[in-house]
Amino acid sequence: MSRIEACFEQLAQQGRKALIPFVTAGDPEPSVTVPLMHAMVEAGADIIELGMPFSDPMADGPVIQLACERSLKAGTSVSAVFDMVAEFRRDDDHTPVVLMGYLNPVEARGYEAFAAAAAQAGVDGVLLVDLPPEEAEELCPYFHDQGLDTVFLLAPTTSEARMDKIARAGTGYLYYVSLKGVTGSGALDVDEVAARVETIRKHAGLPVGVGFGIKDAPSARAVSRVADGVVVGSALVQRIADHAHEPARIPEQVAELLAQMRAAMDA
Amino acid sequence: MSEKVDYSAFPDARGHFGAYGGRFVSETLVAALEELDAMYRRLRDDPKFRADFDRDLADYVGRPSPLYLAERWSERVGGARLWLKREDLNHTGAHKVNNTIGQALLAHHMGKPRVIAETGAGQHGVATATVAARLGLKCQVYMGADDVARQKVNCYRMSLLGAEVIPVTSGSRTLKDAMNEAMRDWVTNVDDTFYIIGTVAGPHPYPMLVRDFQSVIGREAREQMLAREGRLPDALVACVGGGSNAIGLFHPFLDDSEVAMYGVEAGGEGIETGRHAAPLSAGRPGVLHGNRTYLMENDDGQIAATHSVSAGLDYPGVGPEHSWLKDSGRVEYVSVTDSEALDAFRRLTRVEGIMPALESAHAIAYAEKLARRMKPEQNIVVNLSGRGDKDIETVAALDGLHF
Repeated sequence: MSRIEACFEQLAQQGRKALIPFVTAGDPEPSVTVPLMHAMVEAGADIIELGMPFSDPMADGPVIQLACERSLKAGTSVSAVFDMVAEFRRDDDHTPVVLMGYLNPVEARGYEAFAAAAAQAGVDGVLLVDLPPEEAEELCPYFHDQGLDTVFLLAPTTSEARMDKIARAGTGYLYYVSLKGVTGSGALDVDEVAARVETIRKHAGLPVGVGFGIKDAPSARAVSRVADGVVVGSALVQRIADHAHEPARIPEQVAELLAQMRAAMDA
Repeated sequence: MSEKVDYSAFPDARGHFGAYGGRFVSETLVAALEELDAMYRRLRDDPKFRADFDRDLADYVGRPSPLYLAERWSERVGGARLWLKREDLNHTGAHKVNNTIGQALLAHHMGKPRVIAETGAGQHGVATATVAARLGLKCQVYMGADDVARQKVNCYRMSLLGAEVIPVTSGSRTLKDAMNEAMRDWVTNVDDTFYIIGTVAGPHPYPMLVRDFQSVIGREAREQMLAREGRLPDALVACVGGGSNAIGLFHPFLDDSEVAMYGVEAGGEGIETGRHAAPLSAGRPGVLHGNRTYLMENDDGQIAATHSVSAGLDYPGVGPEHSWLKDSGRVEYVSVTDSEALDAFRRLTRVEGIMPALESAHAIAYAEKLARRMKPEQNIVVNLSGRGDKDIETVAALDGLHF
């Protein structure tokens, strides 16, 4: 059983929902990331989505764009991201890590080489925001051969016919983007999300995580009532930005917000 | 190429030109692209849509654009006869309007009240603002902050036309960043907004539909040359940034194996310096802005900064059909430097009284090299894709003049 599958199974037995933080690897500097990952687990994170910085993050709002710029400026490479995961794995063998990013850095390395290096580092899954399932037919077998889950997005605009297609290509969990927009924008409508997640469940047996628009404990709690996982990104990355000048404080700052979300979700 | 390719059959149903093209976008946009694809496939064969498009090209753009034999320039260069396809004489001064007319008609049919665009030199922004003004559509144009600074006149033109120019300060502050920002706008406002992409790049169906709208250039040039000379040209030359003027000229000739084709990229300060914008000459395949194509990138897949004196060519990617035509060998891709293009800009202006856009000046510069290798009875058609008025400040600055 994969780490992701085991994670959702255990949560289901406990009657809890997954808290899934996103941070950009190497933001604002590489030395911050591994301590930050451990601090997030301690604060109640169940799965970590680790952003691979990209020069042209088209699907991201200003908060994560700036995180990519800080990380790349600090010299974060794809190999460095793998090294961070490998270092994290030395002290944490159970928390799933999903790399999230854009396709081009994966293409640059080659699908097979990327998958092998990711698996070797201890990565559990990969989510590429500009890779819809139609274009992923070549990539998926390389990733699945290495035991990596391929996580795909669903959006408010996704038709039911496409849900079937995405459910077939996806493994691990599905990520429902709660609103039309880039990361960090708007406020989500929980009733609408609830209805969409219910529809998705008719087409897919996988757990459904919901992201975009979750910024605090109340929104995390609301979404946890209707989904299997709550993804929070820009709100955490903004905290990192606010403390970029004092990186030693970043783990505790991010952990504080996550702990509030965890408590609200479990209450 | 040994095997016969049916060029009209590409892209395939999924938007692929061989290994290139495709639809690499976040899930939110897939439905909008599918809707656009279905609408376009229906309308392109609809006689009324075609008649509307043709009428606008004739009465509003001023087509057909002349095919002009530049006798004095040809004589000065020595070699083949040089013909200019005068896209600079179109309304708004460049080929860009052929495409914005077509996409605005699509927006109208899809009932979208708002259009957005990205622009580099500002020509596509102006062409979009123009058709938006004519149809009463709300229009916002994303433009890299560095390009806003070097194309002030076009920015003011857009605002006079009622469009809002939004400077983009992220990344390298040029065309690629403007395209990122336009994509972000579209994903947020996808219900009421039509994204008018200015070149043959982006996710499927854009490379196909922009090519189809621009192919009027090549269809006319073909007819004009046959009417004047009774035969096809021996060679075609066009500049390639994203590559819409080039594909527009080339596409109707792809099956004519006797017609050689040259796409001219921006060599900037020289390919060997790394400061250029020539992905086909010095890049490798990757994925950016919704399609797989040749890109300028580092070993880690991060998109590289580009350099060209011409804002319209200052882009790290290129339309996917060009990548496919490069690999197949049907089109030869070359580059000329900033200084070669500037020399050609001045030469054509002085010899023919025609001031080319700095983008088009790249094609002019290569055509001179090519003509010298060819015979006097041979004919080269050069796409004069835009007029140079917008570049006067840039050229003057190099002469030490500031207005």
